[in-house]
Amino acid sequence: MKAAPFDYVRPATVEAACARLAADADAVIIAGGQTLVPMMAMRLARPSCLVDIARLAELQGIRDDGDAIVIGAATRQVTAAESATVAAKAPLLAAALPFVGHAATRTRGTVGGSVANADPAAEIALVLTTLRGSIMLREPAGSRRVAADAFFVGPMVTAATQGSCVTAIHFPVWQTGRIGVGFEEISARRSDFALVAAAAQVALDASGRCTACALGIGGACAVPCRVDSAGEALVGSVMSDKEIIDAARAGADALDIMSSPHASDAYRRRAAATLGARALTRARDQAARHGLPA
Amino acid sequence: MKVELQVNGTRRVLDVEPRMTLVDCLREKLDLNGVHTGCEHGICGACTVLIDGEPARACLMFAVQADGYAITTVESLAPAPGELSVIQDAFCETHGTQCGFCTPGMLLVAHALLKRNPEPTRADIVEAISGNICRCTGYGQIVEAIALAARRLAGSNLGTEGG
Repeated sequence: MKAAPFDYVRPATVEAACARLAADADAVIIAGGQTLVPMMAMRLARPSCLVDIARLAELQGIRDDGDAIVIGAATRQVTAAESATVAAKAPLLAAALPFVGHAATRTRGTVGGSVANADPAAEIALVLTTLRGSIMLREPAGSRRVAADAFFVGPMVTAATQGSCVTAIHFPVWQTGRIGVGFEEISARRSDFALVAAAAQVALDASGRCTACALGIGGACAVPCRVDSAGEALVGSVMSDKEIIDAARAGADALDIMSSPHASDAYRRRAAATLGARALTRARDQAARHGLPA
Repeated sequence: MKVELQVNGTRRVLDVEPRMTLVDCLREKLDLNGVHTGCEHGICGACTVLIDGEPARACLMFAVQADGYAITTVESLAPAPGELSVIQDAFCETHGTQCGFCTPGMLLVAHALLKRNPEPTRADIVEAISGNICRCTGYGQIVEAIALAARRLAGSNLGTEGG
């Protein structure tokens, strides 16, 4: 057995889970465990207790709230990937999910777990930041909703306090225009961690002019980054190839990029500009093919 | 801790330490040594089993988490002792087995793929096995084996239940 000994509990409610976490500073939540279990196998994590929330009914499901798709934190990634609601209303998430781990980890890994883990290379976190989504947190003091921008603090560090539990993730739904999305990623092997990933969502009006544009870059910085300058530069334009390339490059130039043995900061910056432009181009072309919503 | 698993259709009640992974539980407590222990941190896919019919890494789950789930291992694929399933037979025929270490995982992801998608494209097959590493690099034959099995199952009246 590779992991250090620990206790295991499967509380019946989120409240009971939070109480267990509050009583023991070394207890941690497990949902899918697709990141935590390898960390424990390598003894990089040695929790005193695993609080299993994977089966809590209140953390399951995908709901259309009109202005957002709300996904219960313990909803499995495969469930979101196969959801018609996600495909129709959160197409950027649908485009990103095939890049999350492998098929055999998406069957156990959860949407909320990926967000709570806050890996800088995580695709779901990137989509959430790109779309200005938010996270519902149950804390000892009560529930609160945290914007993605405030939630992701650093690599594997979030604004969630000790004893809290992510309960749901809100992915905003754009209401107007013809919407298209693009998701691009470079990794060393299929479905390995992203060296750089780019997510783009675009809305075009009937004449093909851009009315809304969001670009996000993941894997390159300490947290997923939304490139607001690119969005601002492209809104009102017809998103010509040149306009897209210039906006993506200017956005990438302004990022505070990490270096690592796997990829230098110069490489990541070039990749961010290139993948950002590809994601925007894909989003534009997809939007242009769509009819206007009824 | 007491844990109840449905393993290859049989109810098994076991007493396990919480830190025992599902792969160790299957191998050490139930002698199901077809589930291979490779990297033990979710990279290689050798320990792949089906949990409620879906592929998952048995090294990335503690046995206590699997309480109540149906676990399928490679041991259950053959219809009878000494026989091979259609997919296993196709692996033999195309030399998709090589050293055999990755084979149980490959067979189970192939089984799950063909159950969900009886007419996979080459790209579907490549995607399905992309999380399973063959250190012999025999991917060409493995892809060929799964394509052959799909054709044979489509031409038979077994359906994928016999896969």
